[in-house]
Amino acid sequence: MIGPFDFALALGDDALVAAQRLAEWTTRAPEMEEDIALANIALDQLGAARLLLSYAGELEGAGRDEDALAFLRDDREFRNCLLVELPNGDFAVTMAKLLFLAAYQLPLYTALAGCADERLAAIGAKARKESAYHLDHASTWVRRLGDGTEESHRRMQAAVDQVWPYVHELFAPDPAAPVDPATLRADFDARVAAVLDEATLTRPESGWAPAGGRDGVHTEHLSFLLAEMQVLHRAHPGARW
Amino acid sequence: MYGNDFSAEDAPGGGLLGEVEAAEAALREAAARGRRGGAPGPDEDLEAYFTEVVDADQKIEPRDWMPEAYRKTLIRQIAQHAHSEIIGMQPEGNWISRAPSLKRKAILLAKVQDEAGHGLYLYAAAETLGISRDELVELLLNGRQKYSSIFNYPTLTWADVGAIGWLVDGAAIVNQVPLCRCSYGPYARAMIRVCKEESFHQRQGYEILHTLAHGTGEQKAMAQDALDRWWYPSLAMFGPPDTDSTHSAQSMAWKIKRFSNDELRQRFVDMCVQQAEILGLTIPDPELRWNESRQAYDFTQPDYDELMRVIKGQGPCNRQRMEHRRRAHADGAWVREAAAAYAAKRVEQKEKVAA
Amino acid sequence: MRARRGLSHTHVGSLHAPDAELALRNARDLYTRRQEGVSIWVVPASAITASSPDEKDAFFDPAADKVYRHPTFYDVPDGVAHL
Repeated sequence: MIGPFDFALALGDDALVAAQRLAEWTTRAPEMEEDIALANIALDQLGAARLLLSYAGELEGAGRDEDALAFLRDDREFRNCLLVELPNGDFAVTMAKLLFLAAYQLPLYTALAGCADERLAAIGAKARKESAYHLDHASTWVRRLGDGTEESHRRMQAAVDQVWPYVHELFAPDPAAPVDPATLRADFDARVAAVLDEATLTRPESGWAPAGGRDGVHTEHLSFLLAEMQVLHRAHPGARW
Repeated sequence: MYGNDFSAEDAPGGGLLGEVEAAEAALREAAARGRRGGAPGPDEDLEAYFTEVVDADQKIEPRDWMPEAYRKTLIRQIAQHAHSEIIGMQPEGNWISRAPSLKRKAILLAKVQDEAGHGLYLYAAAETLGISRDELVELLLNGRQKYSSIFNYPTLTWADVGAIGWLVDGAAIVNQVPLCRCSYGPYARAMIRVCKEESFHQRQGYEILHTLAHGTGEQKAMAQDALDRWWYPSLAMFGPPDTDSTHSAQSMAWKIKRFSNDELRQRFVDMCVQQAEILGLTIPDPELRWNESRQAYDFTQPDYDELMRVIKGQGPCNRQRMEHRRRAHADGAWVREAAAAYAAKRVEQKEKVAA
Repeated sequence: MRARRGLSHTHVGSLHAPDAELALRNARDLYTRRQEGVSIWVVPASAITASSPDEKDAFFDPAADKVYRHPTFYDVPDGVAHL
């Protein structure tokens, strides 16, 4: 990854794809209150995505706005991490994904808030508060599912096992970036370990570490997600909405 | 169906939102005015006491005595209203993933989320009448309680999201605004909150249609098609004509309902005509015309046989909507059980520490 | 809910939750979507004891004749300041 454009794009894509997945829960959450909570988190991610993509478009200087970047790129041009594009699975998988994403975004946005680029710093300052809440929400549920019933423990552990391999990609070193992701790993590990311990869950041995999202080489899932997200916008080239 | 009362005087701020504010002011004023002395004496007629409170435009509160039929009517109406909010999330939620711009996606997501919130406010109001939310949800899932029939129609294009905002939310607001003056305190207060929050819903729908109607030829056709499909079902939202409406008279006397179905329907049509003109869309009714002597529009009534069929379960999406709700509820059972188990363990630990 | 710093908490509504932690979070998500509050308390319904309308007279009427508790009860001679 090089330069502020790719950096803003990658973060914006993370947030956009995460929002798209979280919004899929609408009308389907385990409890009506949770429907509202997940929508709040999706709205936070979507808001951050719009700020980041708009800024990326400005940095690029090719006249692409947030919608051009969101709706008119193919999956090979998306720079999001694989973690966010994974299907929602059951509620445990969604909470595992959210826990890891928030535990990465919180130190990331916090560091960003102090970076030299004023626009990114402002976005970081706003988004870190939201991430703190997302982390709190995910932790609250991971503790309950991990230390709830036998079934919920089994599902939560399976979810952690399934999603864990995808966290390594988040911290691939990039010393040239406004914030080097490698510097966030220790913070992430500490936060996640505390939650998993309390939830009576174990962290899987890391061996397999799928990656490629930052280079536009995704899982098979992203293309379907984008096909659905972009279908209407692409069907009416140049239309205003 | 929720029915209702319009004050004759001009509302502050104007428009429906102004009426909501007026209802809120009236609620505060009635509270300040107080009733006569206090509670009924030991040998006083409770029914007369209840009637006196209602007639004085005071609010009945949860722990007051009330006729059993009043309680039952309210439970049924508030519950159906709550179910409508929850089921109503589905047709619009259907387009969140495909919203054509990020701004529209955010607005729609926030709107559908609001509907969930409104469902919860209403379930909470119903619970003050001595029934639990779990029981009400069960009544919805086993089909013994209904929700608004409008949500059994499909959202086939993006323009349908606009049509739902403009027409369906518009009709709902016409129905709901008078409920802000309902005689039952918790329902009136919930409705004030709901109406205030919903003020943006109708506008976002209208804005969607306005943009489409002034867009490409395809977009305009999409908008007209949506109006063609949603117009009559929206008129049917006000319920059967007054001549066939079963619950109206008693609800009017109790000030649960303050205007008849037909009065509300007329008011809705009169509001929509000019709004459709500004959109540049045509309301699909060749008989629609201004009646100078009535000072209102004449219009074609919706097909009430169709309404009855949809209410009975034969609309295009009844089965799909119920199946979706049942599945979400069933799929979430293990999560709710886990949360309950976790909470129970914490209580147990506390008790151990205390002992 | 405390709407703004400097104001008292006031009741805004009810909700469901399996425990206090979730109740607080549900309250935040349900009742502060439009910046309605800066502080929230949640109390289990079972911990609330309510007065009954039947007791209204006994509870509240006795305060009705204690007009001397209100400053307007007193005559202040003309020209007295700071009172």
